[in-house]
Amino acid sequence: MTAPVMDPRVAPPFPEAALHILQNAELRKNVAHATDVIQAKRNHLVAEKTDWQELRTSASSIRAHVLANLTSFLEEFEAKCTAAGGVVHWAADGAEANVIILGILREESATEVIKIKTMTSAEIQLNPALEAAGIETTETDLAELILQLGNDEPSHIVVPALHVNRRQVREIFAQRMGLPELSDDPQALTSAARSYLRKKFLSVPTAICGANFLVAETGSVAIVESEGNGRMCLTLPRTLIALVGIEKVVPRFSDLEVFLQVLARSATGERMNPYTSLWSGVTPGDGPQRFHVVLLDNGRSEILARRVERQTLKCIRCAACLNTCPVYRQTGGHAYGSVYAGPIGAILTPQLQHMQHAQSLPYASSLCAACYEVCPVKINIPEVLIELRAQVVNQERAHMARWSDPMYVGMKAANFAFASAWRFRWAQRMGRIGLRLFTRKDGWIHRLPSLGARWTMSRDLRGLPEQTFREWWGARGRSGSREAK
Amino acid sequence: MRASLFITCYNDTLFPEAGHAVVRLLERLGVELDFLPAQTCCGQMHANTGFRPEAFSQAKRFVQLYRDVECVVIPSSSCVAMIRDQYPGLFEELGNEELRTQFAILLPRVYELSEFLIDKLGVEDVGAYFPHRVTYHASCHGLRGLHVGDRPFRLLSKVRGMELVPLANLERCCGFGGTFSVKNAEVSSAMLDAKLGDVLATRAEYCTALDNSCLMHLGGALHRRNESLRTIHIAGILASTEEHPHEAAR
Repeated sequence: MTAPVMDPRVAPPFPEAALHILQNAELRKNVAHATDVIQAKRNHLVAEKTDWQELRTSASSIRAHVLANLTSFLEEFEAKCTAAGGVVHWAADGAEANVIILGILREESATEVIKIKTMTSAEIQLNPALEAAGIETTETDLAELILQLGNDEPSHIVVPALHVNRRQVREIFAQRMGLPELSDDPQALTSAARSYLRKKFLSVPTAICGANFLVAETGSVAIVESEGNGRMCLTLPRTLIALVGIEKVVPRFSDLEVFLQVLARSATGERMNPYTSLWSGVTPGDGPQRFHVVLLDNGRSEILARRVERQTLKCIRCAACLNTCPVYRQTGGHAYGSVYAGPIGAILTPQLQHMQHAQSLPYASSLCAACYEVCPVKINIPEVLIELRAQVVNQERAHMARWSDPMYVGMKAANFAFASAWRFRWAQRMGRIGLRLFTRKDGWIHRLPSLGARWTMSRDLRGLPEQTFREWWGARGRSGSREAK
Repeated sequence: MRASLFITCYNDTLFPEAGHAVVRLLERLGVELDFLPAQTCCGQMHANTGFRPEAFSQAKRFVQLYRDVECVVIPSSSCVAMIRDQYPGLFEELGNEELRTQFAILLPRVYELSEFLIDKLGVEDVGAYFPHRVTYHASCHGLRGLHVGDRPFRLLSKVRGMELVPLANLERCCGFGGTFSVKNAEVSSAMLDAKLGDVLATRAEYCTALDNSCLMHLGGALHRRNESLRTIHIAGILASTEEHPHEAAR
């Protein structure tokens, strides 16, 4: 199978990528089933929390407080982590982060690394950079392993292989692990992955991870996971490198009380995630003896500077917005052309690209606001989507080509018509006359040209009535059926 | 009780019968209804597509037009959500203090139809008769924008002769989304397909909603598929009585 394009700089626009996926019935079925299951679990466990809205408010307030004081919390983290024996690096962008990580690996003379699922590493294309430097990487998260072996890409932030079913997993494992007799029984599949990975855990001395949270107060790093592969990577290797977005810091250790509650319920529909690892720097004789944290900006400071968009950085990557999104449900994650899919991806990706790529993503939403409703840190995603759309339109305003975009022309024409009642009445009459050409005897329009064809591809349109409401109202006043005002 | 009807641009042009129904219903309930002919659009289409300065001018026009009326009734939850959720941000960005003040005074007097009936008039039983099997589609803006909650159900459950059938996946969007239906027509159609499956499974004769926008989407696809199920704005059902049954859809 050919890997989907997940680099926003070269990925096709969302409608085009989505069209391709909409033809893949098996993938759509996998996505709908998986998201329905996770969402049902999430709803059930959220419903049992009587203080859910208070938890959301706390989580949102803490994240907002962090963003308002990000520099000082990061410096506090750096000081505490360094004091505990860790080494903190600062990377302005993905390229710099890759250089830093490669530098550490060279110092370690590493030829191989094991990885815990980290979306941030996919954001900066770390794996291709490692491969180019001759360093072999093994993803140890089951879903990431499936994708790595299957030459595929993540389609979900929490459940990256959600678009793959177990029959497909069996095929990938049978072929790549040399197990032709393997069955598609989930237990057999996980056992196969377990023995494949166990060798790596026991032999590779260098690991790369992300982080769910950094704690400023203690310099600690927190990782939550479900499979125990993380715990292996965090304890067995000699050297550990954590790649972390600068927004992931929380002020105090006790703040984790809020986030661990909302994250598990929102992400996987669990009361508590199976493995929670927390560590601060290095502990002599216990776990990795060399620990590096690479703090990644990669566009985040720019987002932080913007009033409406800033809330994007409150995200704790739970993916509840993906699971509830009716658009994601149809297209899965690959259509978004970025490691960050779904509603959060639609606002995060274009901003990480400095609004120079992925401009179709802010439009990849019906603004139904299901995402905002489930977001545990109250990111008003529709508000940010609309803000980004305004930026995209402002980019278009600068180009003459805008006048060949029927949407642009239509919007300007509508604005002209809406500016006065007589212009609007005139436009209504013109529309009625114009659409008569397309209206069939049954009073319905079955086919329209230009942008209208995008509507009539699946929907008819009732022809315009002979009388608008305002004409009816006017006539009614004259006929005396109501008191004239 | 006096109220001014903001019919909305698309109801005015495409669905005048919804307006007729609102007039019949509210006048029957004793409301002295007015219609300001200078009204055009709330600006939602422009705002949601990213045409912010254009949306500003429509928003400004709305506030200046309605600042002196007793209250405004709007038979569209998405237009009310535009006014409630987006006007404050627009006016803040515009930095026009006078407009912000006028809007702050006007805002509590702007009602979506089901809000107006229940919160302002205090009625649930509007005396309607509609002897049909009906399912209710919750438009996203009514559900999550205005949080209308059970108001539409309280109104519909009092309609005599009507059988109200629950719709599965009520909270899921129908895929309309304004210009989304055109910009992302294929995805929009796929979402619509899923919604139609749920709507048709109710075996209802009518699908109703607070918004004709969703109903235009659903109704257009139902017509394309030669389905007998019809769409009707909630005002059409609530206006219908034994003496004056609702206007049959063309």
